[in-house]
Amino acid sequence: MRLINRQPGVVLKTALIALPFLLAFVAYWIGSEIRLAANPSDKLLPAPSTIFETAERLFTQPDRRSDRILLWHDTAASLMRLVLGVGIASALATIFGLLIGLLPHVRATLAGFVAVLSMIPPLAVLPILFIVFGLGELSKVVLIIVGILPFLIRDLSQRVLEIPRETIAKAETLGASSLVIALRVALPQLLPRLIQAIRLSLGPAWLFLIAAEAIASEVGLGYRIFLVRRFLAMDVILTYVIWITLLAVLMDLALRWLSRRLFPWTEAGL
Amino acid sequence: MSFVTAENIFQSYGKRPILERVNVNVDEGEFISIVGASGCGKSTFLRLLLAQERPTRGEIRVAGAPPAVEPGLDRGVVFQKYSVFSHMTVRENIVAGECFRTRFGWFTGTERAAARKRADDTLARIGLDHVADQYPATLSGGMQQRLAIGQALTAKPRILLLDEPFGALDPGTRLSMHDFLTELRAETGMTVFMVTHDLEEGFKLGDRVLVFDKPRWDPTDPNAYGATITYDFDARDGGIPYQRIQEETHVLRPT
Repeated sequence: MRLINRQPGVVLKTALIALPFLLAFVAYWIGSEIRLAANPSDKLLPAPSTIFETAERLFTQPDRRSDRILLWHDTAASLMRLVLGVGIASALATIFGLLIGLLPHVRATLAGFVAVLSMIPPLAVLPILFIVFGLGELSKVVLIIVGILPFLIRDLSQRVLEIPRETIAKAETLGASSLVIALRVALPQLLPRLIQAIRLSLGPAWLFLIAAEAIASEVGLGYRIFLVRRFLAMDVILTYVIWITLLAVLMDLALRWLSRRLFPWTEAGL
Repeated sequence: MSFVTAENIFQSYGKRPILERVNVNVDEGEFISIVGASGCGKSTFLRLLLAQERPTRGEIRVAGAPPAVEPGLDRGVVFQKYSVFSHMTVRENIVAGECFRTRFGWFTGTERAAARKRADDTLARIGLDHVADQYPATLSGGMQQRLAIGQALTAKPRILLLDEPFGALDPGTRLSMHDFLTELRAETGMTVFMVTHDLEEGFKLGDRVLVFDKPRWDPTDPNAYGATITYDFDARDGGIPYQRIQEETHVLRPT
């Protein structure tokens, strides 16, 4: 039997999914053991048990000075920026995607411009954003928007262009105006793809969020990581990294669930 | 005065001619089958009738109106695929036939209820009332095409254009679709243009069969000349093999 035709069974598949996670954990554990055996006060690779204790402390005990549980405050602040940035970018991308995809005049005007804009490294303009929008929340949200908007616009306008010519022609023969075609045909067909595009751009969005927080902030997950870096507090950093990863995975799953829930017609065929 | 007139139609894409000197007059209520080899401009001619494209030269007029510049309510269309809106339920697809012409494409209140009621009547007539709340993707190919035809007719077009509507269906479904289309036509008496690959289908359903082919052929450059209507058959009295050549065309008569 060819390798391409061999399918793992249910049990084996579950084991295979878990394997790389387990291997990574074991590799870390061994490395940590080796370093701690050589120097018990080593800070670079804290033992998993230490990380667990730190995590427990971070999630439950308030900070001594401010009397607040900092991790939750950081999470709330970061999520707020992320949701605002991604939300505004999605809304703008939907509007521009529809305009560029449907209207040849807008396409001629903007498609090339957006393609060039998307080549600007967003982090390179971060100083400009700080200068223009100050060091507050606004500049961080704007960085996320600047970072993911060009990709979203290009992706969504392409998706609009992929709507079959036949479907658009059919709507025309039913007497639909450009507005009706945009609202009743293109937009609903675009929304599931928007969610896909958001899922793809969540990674970059986190990147820009943490970059902005690392440089100038007073609260936030990225801020905290770069703050405790000064004390080589690897246990705190790792806790935050795992927490961020978990949040990102949960968002991805939630978006996937939302897409299935809201757009049953996309999967109805299968 | 004929209902649909195509006068001296030329269509070329860039330097490549697709259609040349296409002349045809169609009376109201006629069912025109359009057949021909692949790449002979059948679908191009249908797109011209739909006004999705405009001819390089010549004019197509429906009911004496000036040539259309874009598809509109007077022309209904069903393609081989993508002719229904996949994001709407079967019932909404029928309602779309009425509400898309409004300002925002929505009906509200009593208007909406009335449209849904009419849609249910339509669905019952075309045998889709049991799947009214399903999405088109869950329907078989034949049901989807029936829905597409029903939707097109809801808008009450003056001519119905079918581009290989049954091309993707299995032979059994295709036969029942023929009956379905024949019935609908008897009810509405609409002018229909149907492009098909299937000669038998063309002669069975059509009152007239237009054959598109290239009258001139350059063996060193197959794309040098465009296609035109080479035969125009009257197919009313039973189809194959009783057809007669109806018009004097400018090409060779069959021997």
